Amino acid sequence: MAKKIFPKEEVCVGCHLCEVYCVYAHSKYKKPTVKAHELVKLYNKYKDSKPTPRILVEEKSGEWTTFALQCRHCDDAPCTKACITGAMKKLEDGRVICDEEKCVGCWSCIMACPHGAVRRGENKKAASKCDLCLELGEPACVKNCPNEALVIKEV
Amino acid sequence: MRYVIIGNSVAACGCIEAIRKVDLQNPIVVISDEKYRVYSRPLISYYLGGKVDENKMYIRDEDYYEKNKVEAILGKRAVSVDFKNKEVVLDDGSKVKYDKLLIATGGKPFVPPTKGFELKNVFTFIKFDDVKAIDVAIKNGAKKATVIGAGLSGLKAAEALIKRGLEVTVVELANRILGSILDLEASKIVQDELEKHGIVFKLETSVDEIIGDGKVEKVKLKNGEVLDTDIVVFAIGVVPNIDFLKGTELKINRGIVVDDHMRTNIEDVYAAGDCAEGYDCVYQQQRVIPIWPNAYNQGETAGYNMAGVEKTFDRGFPMNSIGFFDVHMITAGIVMPNSDDIEVLVKHDKEKNSYRKIYIKNGSVLGFMFINSIDRAGMITNMIKEDLNVESIKHRLLDDDFGYLDLPKELRQEKILGGAKA
Repeated sequence: MAKKIFPKEEVCVGCHLCEVYCVYAHSKYKKPTVKAHELVKLYNKYKDSKPTPRILVEEKSGEWTTFALQCRHCDDAPCTKACITGAMKKLEDGRVICDEEKCVGCWSCIMACPHGAVRRGENKKAASKCDLCLELGEPACVKNCPNEALVIKEV
Repeated sequence: MRYVIIGNSVAACGCIEAIRKVDLQNPIVVISDEKYRVYSRPLISYYLGGKVDENKMYIRDEDYYEKNKVEAILGKRAVSVDFKNKEVVLDDGSKVKYDKLLIATGGKPFVPPTKGFELKNVFTFIKFDDVKAIDVAIKNGAKKATVIGAGLSGLKAAEALIKRGLEVTVVELANRILGSILDLEASKIVQDELEKHGIVFKLETSVDEIIGDGKVEKVKLKNGEVLDTDIVVFAIGVVPNIDFLKGTELKINRGIVVDDHMRTNIEDVYAAGDCAEGYDCVYQQQRVIPIWPNAYNQGETAGYNMAGVEKTFDRGFPMNSIGFFDVHMITAGIVMPNSDDIEVLVKHDKEKNSYRKIYIKNGSVLGFMFINSIDRAGMITNMIKEDLNVESIKHRLLDDDFGYLDLPKELRQEKILGGAKA
């Protein structure tokens, strides 16, 4: 059974904190809770481009609805079938992960992902996607969402 | 039960992985004339350009065959198939018995008869050995290269050769580059980028003769021009690699004809990938679709059916994602339709050097080309696959920030939640 994160658009306030925590959790700090001074240091590192969160907050001008979308870890994972390097992989536990060392940035995954949930990572070198924060045990976005607009469930 | 696969690229992977989801026991044999374990052909240009090393060429882990109980017969070519006795005959005379056979031999380079093709330093651009040989020629001092063909592989070859410091000229018969995936305007954007990096184009002409004494020295073009060159790379295109099956009872049109189960006309014989001709749901006809995801999906479908689990695949259509230097593009479906009842949406942002064009017919997306604005393009690809009616959202499809919020709430939630409740 695979775990997936589900967004609740009814309660999402569009604060983008999930993005901040996501970047933080995938930085060298790799911790689920943010210390302000570390965050400043972390963001200072990015001079030319903003860091890429593995989560995507959808919002549209003139609309109140917002929600945070991340990889659906599809059973059928079209990105893994389109990947020309073998970087995009479906693991036995149901997670889809990208081996960023292997990725060459051809963006076949972006072409194939029906949700538009794969992003081009920093400097557009490799695909960047939700890995369910495997090293933290619990996804940082879920843990830190102030309004519980993200829930993780086994499906 | 013994599964045999001729060919060892991504269609074979799809087949192996599907079989092993439902059958952990019965042996799988993979036969390939190349000596390498499964590697990525699209990565050969990255290897030549120095972006990936040999280790990263392989698309599956080193223990892939062992883990999947696959016997890999590498470095031996299948020369014929005895369909009556269910045997594949190899070039060393040995025979491999099968109960279920997948033919996944891919494509081979198309080279028009050209005087001088046999000269040293004339190459094709498909296999790992091709780029290893080009690499040797460069290390031996080659400085000038002529690439024949401005399609996807020709331009990837040109990009790699420029990165290696060669002077590169690309010769193309059509009036534009990437003619199979881009219109004139889009093609110009990409050509400008490539020219900025030093690649020279000779359009609307082709190679007449390759000249040299043992080794290539010059290329004579049909327009009369003569170019000095140290190497020539033919990258005009690929055709199904199925010569060894011609004249048998196997039904072949342009490729091996398969149904939506990847079955051929011969019982227990399947085909997948660039050698197969399956259904194209956008063109609505049988076609060879020589692209990577199609090969995986066809191989996977064949694998399930070979293992006795019925699955169909009838949603294949062309799609490409490719980049040259800093220009990236994603195209899918029909990109140059010639019919009156098609609506064309187009947005060319000259400041961002981005271009988006979408074709719509009867409310459905028929095809698109996106250049330098490719994020979330898969949503549109998926709309083609699902034949979704986009009438109510089409005004938003060209926008960089098109997303799920543009879909009706029920549809959006169904797609995101997949039936579950948040």
